Parts: sequence; structure tokens; C-alpha cells
Amino acid sequence: MLSRTAESLFWLARYTERAGNVARGLGVAIRMAGVATRLGGEDAEWRSLLTATGGDAGFYRKYPAPTQDAVVQWLVHDPDHPSGILPCFEAARRNARAVRTALTVDMWEALNDGWNHLRALPPEATEGERLPDFLGWVRERVMLFNGAAQDTMLREEAWRFVHLGTMLERADNTARLLDVRHHLLMPDGEGGVDYVHWQAALRSVSALRAYHWVYHDRLDPRRIVELLTLRPELPRSLIACYAAVVELLDGIALAQGGRRGECHRLAGEIHARLRFGRLDAIFEQGLHDFLTDIITRTAELGSEIERFYIRA
Amino acid sequence: MAGSAAFDEMNGLDGDVRGPYAEIARWLRATPREQLYRKREEAELLFRRIGITFAVYGEGGDPERLIPFDLIPRILARSEWEVLSRGLSQRVRALNAFLADVYGTREILRAGRIPAMLVTGNELYREQMNGFTPPGGIYTHVCGIDLVRTGPEQFHVLEDNCRTPSGVSYMLENREAMLRLFPRLCARHRVAPISRYPEELLTTLKSAAPSACKGVPTVVLLTPGPFNSAYYEHCFLADEMGVEVVEGADLFVQDRVVFMRTTAGPKRVDVIYRRIDDEYLDPDCFLPESMLGVPGLMAAYRAGNVALANAPGCGVADDKAIYPYVPEMIRFYLAEEPLIPNVDTYLCEREEERKYVLAHLDSLVVKLAKGSGGYGMLVGPHATRDMREEFRARILARPADYIAQPTLALSTCPTVAEQGIAPRHVDLRPFVLASADGIRILPGGLTRVALREGSLVVNSSQGGGTKDTWVLEDDLVAAVSAESARSQSQFQSQGGGPGGC
Repeated sequence: MLSRTAESLFWLARYTERAGNVARGLGVAIRMAGVATRLGGEDAEWRSLLTATGGDAGFYRKYPAPTQDAVVQWLVHDPDHPSGILPCFEAARRNARAVRTALTVDMWEALNDGWNHLRALPPEATEGERLPDFLGWVRERVMLFNGAAQDTMLREEAWRFVHLGTMLERADNTARLLDVRHHLLMPDGEGGVDYVHWQAALRSVSALRAYHWVYHDRLDPRRIVELLTLRPELPRSLIACYAAVVELLDGIALAQGGRRGECHRLAGEIHARLRFGRLDAIFEQGLHDFLTDIITRTAELGSEIERFYIRA
Repeated sequence: MAGSAAFDEMNGLDGDVRGPYAEIARWLRATPREQLYRKREEAELLFRRIGITFAVYGEGGDPERLIPFDLIPRILARSEWEVLSRGLSQRVRALNAFLADVYGTREILRAGRIPAMLVTGNELYREQMNGFTPPGGIYTHVCGIDLVRTGPEQFHVLEDNCRTPSGVSYMLENREAMLRLFPRLCARHRVAPISRYPEELLTTLKSAAPSACKGVPTVVLLTPGPFNSAYYEHCFLADEMGVEVVEGADLFVQDRVVFMRTTAGPKRVDVIYRRIDDEYLDPDCFLPESMLGVPGLMAAYRAGNVALANAPGCGVADDKAIYPYVPEMIRFYLAEEPLIPNVDTYLCEREEERKYVLAHLDSLVVKLAKGSGGYGMLVGPHATRDMREEFRARILARPADYIAQPTLALSTCPTVAEQGIAPRHVDLRPFVLASADGIRILPGGLTRVALREGSLVVNSSQGGGTKDTWVLEDDLVAAVSAESARSQSQFQSQGGGPGGC
């Protein structure tokens, strides 16, 4: 496959997944904003969302304070923020158009129809009480795209690069969302104020119900960390994402007669740490250090994949 | 001159339905208009869904537009097509011979049959091609020849397109649309199939591979990218041929060999069907600021490690200033008389011809010698006095930039218009494939139709539309009955004969 085609497939999936993650994060932040002042630290929720979405420096250059309106503008509309919802859809559609023949009709329509809808979106559709509906729509579009890819793509190289993009982006997102609340997820943490944050952490990866299903018990920070990092059953856990990443990279290598590079080694190493690591060890190292390391290595892996398959 | 005097391809000059249109005329009489309008909406939906768009620039509005598709097919009898086919083949052979000559020994210039300055002083002449023979000696592999008709037997070549002619995807998609919309109408005719064009194109491109290439040649289509007006066509053709669509940045040259960047590492490329203009091909050789091309491509080409189709420098053969000499080329290289004549053409740079043009601006069509797409054109009889005066000033300022031709009464075909079915002017662009082992032409081409009443400008950039073009396998007898046509189509479906659109 042409390297450029692989690049576009990889990135259109990353941008699409990112748009869904931002929508999920915003939805949780809106819920939290209602109780934020009581939890101390005005705008704390908006600040942590900005940190989690990784564009906080750009935000503060442009907006005086992280008010709800400013953050929504930044994360939904602002063309200067490449990880915002609209720019993500735009970038995904642009990449899709460049490799249209590599996509199935259903995937193209999921992206193109979504983009056409957003283009014609009246500004009030993302304001006030209508914002949650809009965020729900974004998540649906992303699920539609993922479903279209899952259901209609041949299981060949094109599929592997699309899914690789989705999974790598998802791993990065889970690590970041967990990291912004790491100080509230101490193993000896008590309920009370922190409890709301624990809920929020789970909600932001759509895992609150999953938690209860898996543990049949009250929320506990150790288990929350375990669920989001080491439990393979949760589709957004770090290990679930990395298991997929390793499998996809292996599949590509196999189809190319076993050609491998640093990206394969690195993915395997990260996966092995998650697979054979112990929860205690994570807390001994410090959750923040552990997550920062995962985030850095995930970025490194992205570069290595590009170096090996795209810029070679 | 135009309009009322035009030859109508269905009703002829005397109003009697001509043989090839017998069945269509019957069908048009029997089909309620509302049904046609409904079908037209269906067709538009079909095209929009497939995404067949053509970009129109400089007019504001949505740049991605549909080319209007007219439902009524344009029909040519087999005997008419045979003559055209021979004439097209002859013309493309002569154009290739001319290109080989002017980049080689320049016999035709030394024989004084074409003024040397028109060739070597032409801005489309590429010095870089001097003394180099492309694989198989072919320069223009894919050629679009624009034909117009003025009477039952009168066809003329209006223009040659030897560089990167586009439109063939519309020819193919129009046929697909007709088969979907009117399967029974198609079956009642024995329409010569055209669907194997992509295969023929691939064969032509493979045969252009340099001798250095052993084994099956790797062919790619080089596009300027998604913002090019013909990007849809580039993807369509590549898809149909099963080759990669590449952009300049996907290719690189190492030791004068061209590679494409793939996920499995560099892969050698043997033949490039390039749909970008000469000047952008290679920044080392042409425009240094070009971001669309591949540095070192020309060196690889000249080293015989890759083939380019079409070859750089073909523009010197289809330039409007060279056009008047094509009949001379046919006589000079092939020792034959042209089978399809040119349209009389006046070169404004020649004093005498310029005087004639300036004195007859109200009856001539004036065109830019370098222009294309129907831009910068004056249709004398339809122009206002101010427009004619403006062109007079332009011609006087830069005479070499302009040519003029008589306003031809282009033939008309029945077309679905707002007020019912009405005659509209048409032209025809057949696509001719040339390789060392011969010429390939599929029966048909792209019929462009000027949708505005009386208009003679068929270019899609100027609001023209397209029609499916049918070449009939057999010459239908004028009075073929619906009865016998039915039994014929039945025979076809049983026998799997050569028909079936």
C-alpha cells in the first residue's frame, strides 16, 4: 500500500476517535461543572479537561480564563485547535477524501455526512442546554464510523492501519484522562469529595456501569486504576488498546513477510509491561509517573510507526 | 449562421427521422415528458451519490458541481463510426510522427512544410526532449480529438488534445447510467460496448514500459491531488485499472530510478500515466517551484528507467497555431489525404489573415491560441458590439495569441430542455490510445452538449452537459419494427453476442 494511503487511513481514524473522546470528556465536565465550586478550585474541572485534551498552552494564549463558554468554544469550534471536534471532523474528512478508494462506501458516508451536518450547524446548536445533545450526536457519529469500518472493511492492510489509529488514539486518551485525576486516585483515598471525581474518571471512558459489573462493589481508587489500565475486558483500558495495537502491527508484519522495526518492539514492550505488571508496582512507582511514561511512549510509538511505514 | 441552419442528427435536414434514430424517435414519442423529468432527477441522484463532480473555478458558489447529464443518447451508425475511426487513427499516427520528428531530425521543418519558428519558438516545445526517443517511439499515448459535425457526411476536427485529455470517465459513467436508467431502451439497440476502456488503457500503458523493465511493469497514475478538477476521473481510472493513484510526494528518484513509497518499503515504478502538466513534472527540469512533481524524474526518464505517458512536449502538436498544419503532417508522414478535414483557421499573427479576421469579427469565432476549456473566447455572431471591440483591441495588441475560425453550424441532437425536447448543439471527443503495436479506439466518445438554446459552447466549464454516445453494432434499417427489435434483443441475451451496451 502507498505510504500516503496508510498515513491518511491512520490519521482519519485517530481524528475521528479524538473527536469522540473530546465529546465524552466535555460531557463529563459539564456534569461536574454543576458541583465544581463546592468541590473547591473554581474552574478546576475545565482546567483539567484542557490538560487532558493536551492543548492548554494554546488555549491560554487565546482566552483569558477557562470559563465554560471559552472551553466549549475551544474544544468544539476553534479552528486554531487541531484537536477540537469540528477541526477533527474536518481533518478526518480531508484525509478520507484523499484516499476515498481505500474506504468502503459506508465509511465514507459516515464521515462525509457527519462533516456536511457540522458544516451547516447553527451556532446555537452547541450552546447551553443543547450542548449535551450535540455531544451525544458526535459520539454517535464516531460509533457509526467505527461500526462501518468494523462491518465493511476487508481484513487487509487498510483495515489494520485504520484500527491501529483508533486504538493508539484511544490508549493515549485513557492515559490522559486518568492522569489529570491521578492525585485523587490515591490507594488510601476516602469517599466524600473524591468520590465524584472517581465517577467522573469512569464516565469519561464510558466505564461506570462496567465497573459495577466487574467488581460488584463500591467505587475504590485502586480498582478504578486497575480497570482502566490492566483489565483486558474493558475495551478502553490501556491493556485492551495495546493488545490490539500489538496484534495489528503483527498482522501488518506478517502480511509483509515478517518485516519488522522498532515500532513492533516498542509496542510489544509496552504491552508486556501492562500484561505482566502488578497494580502495586504502579502505585509504588507513582500513578502519575506511570501514566506520564505511558503517554510519552505512546507518542513515541506513533512516531515509530510513521517512521517505519510512512516516512521510510 | 448557427441555429436554424444546423443539421439535426435525428431529424436530418428535411425532418425525416434518420435511420440510427428510428427507435429513439419512437421511444421519445411514446414516453410521457413527466417520466423523462423523473428519470432526469434519478440520474442526478445517481451521479451525486457516485460523486462525479467537475470543479468550476472563478464563478463563486459551490466549486464541486455535477456536469448535467442529458438522457437522450447521441447515436452514430456503424458506417459513420468506421469513417471516423479510420480518420482518428490516421490523425493520431501523424501527430506521433510529427512529435518524433520535431524532437528528432526535424524533416518536416527542413522540407519547409511547417514554419520552423512555429515549432521551435513555441512555448510548448520542450528542449528537454531533444535527441531522446521515448520507449516505442510513442509520444501521445492517450489523445482526445474533438470533432464537430455540420452535415450528414461532414465531420471536422476542431481541436487535438495530445497532452492530458480528460473526460473519459464521463463517457464510461454515462453509459453505466443509461444501462441503469433505461435497460430496455439499451437492449432494443445493439450498442457497441465501451466498458473495456480501462483495460485497453492499461494495455497501452504497459506496452509503453521501457526496455529496462523486465517482468510485469508497475504502472501508476500521477495526479496533482484532490483539488484538481479531474481528481474524480484520476481515482476512477486508477481504480478500474487496479493501479495506485500517486501524488508527487509519493514518488522519489534514486540513481535515476523511480520508486513509490509504500508501507512495505520503496517499490520500483515503470510507467507513469501522468495527469499533471509538463511544467510541474520535475522541479529540477521545469518550474523549480513546483510542489506537484518529482525531482529527478526527467533524468530517470531520459535514462530509460521509466516511461511517461504522455511524453513531455506533446503540447507542440496540439497547439492551436500548429493545428492548421495537421493535414500537412498527414500528407508528409503518411502520404495519405486527411480522412477528417480541419476547420478553416486564420492565424492572427499573419498580416493578411489578421485583416480578414478583423473585418469579419461578427461572423468568426476567435480563440486564444493557448487557451482551453472555452475560456477567453469570442463567438462573433452572438457577441455584443463592445465584446467585439474588446477582442479587436486584444488581437491588435497580441496578434500571435489569437486564431479565428468560421462559426460552424454545429449539428444538434434532441435534448431534454425545460420546455420539452429541443435540439441542442453537440460535439464529440473520442479517445484514441496509441502504442507501438497500433492504435486502439473504443467505439464512441464523450458527447458534449451546449444546454443553452442556440449556444455553441459545449465546455463543461461553461455550463455544457454530456450525453451518452452510442455507436450501433449494425446499421439499423430505417424502418426496423419494434417487433423485430425485440426478437433481436432476445437472441442477444441467449447468445451472449457482441451487443448489450
